[in-house]
Amino acid sequence: MSLAHLFSTVLLGTGAAMLIIGSVGINRFPHFYSRLHAAGVVDTVAAGLFLAGLALYFDPGLVTVKLLLVFVFLLFTSPTACHALARAAYSSGLREPAAGDDR
Amino acid sequence: MASFSPMKHAISLGVLLALLWWCLSGYPKPLLLGLGLGSVLFTVWFAHRLDVVDHESHPLHISGALLAYWGRLTLEIVRSSAQVIGMILSPKPAIAPYFLRVKVGQPSDLGKVILGNSITLTPGTVTVLVNGDEFLVHALSPASGNGVRDGELDRLIPDDCERPA
Repeated sequence: MSLAHLFSTVLLGTGAAMLIIGSVGINRFPHFYSRLHAAGVVDTVAAGLFLAGLALYFDPGLVTVKLLLVFVFLLFTSPTACHALARAAYSSGLREPAAGDDR
Repeated sequence: MASFSPMKHAISLGVLLALLWWCLSGYPKPLLLGLGLGSVLFTVWFAHRLDVVDHESHPLHISGALLAYWGRLTLEIVRSSAQVIGMILSPKPAIAPYFLRVKVGQPSDLGKVILGNSITLTPGTVTVLVNGDEFLVHALSPASGNGVRDGELDRLIPDDCERPA
């Protein structure tokens, strides 16, 4: 097992852990908006770690560039989707039930 | 927009598309390269005809500074993910979700889009509404929300055009 493969295993393992933690968060947090934040961890950190792990697994080359492109596209699309969800919820009248917001 | 030139943008779009084609294909065969060249030329012509190649869709003037900004944003994402992960794992999550309204300093639509997406990308905060220069942001806890209130990312975004002093 080469050093790159070792690093790749560590990154993929950490990514998988982040995925599980994010999923646990989606279930543990109350209400819609808090759950969005837990999902955000999966979107950015888990996806980033997975793609970095895959990039190290293969020899440097076009595959690396393609994985980087996937990551860049994710960086543009996932916040857009997240914002669309939040905006749709807010526009349909969903508010944070807890006290303490400064609307 | 001081230095907007359609020709410069068309050439840069063409070069970018050609690079993208090469990265996604990778076959140095004359037929495929020819098809790639044809597609790139057609796309550049079509984009020009649709009049969508401008400083917003193709922010050439700030692209270098944007790369530096992305580096800073990555740091911010790592820091706030650690916070959110800590909250998920703690036996009693110390979350206090709330909405906050912030005034942003971005003068242009492009700057607002970059800032809004950055806030959403950072775990613990989501941009819910954009209304003029006011963002409605949902935060998981004051620890997450304060970063947005301080406007640290807002100041780091490269200037799209001259900012009113």
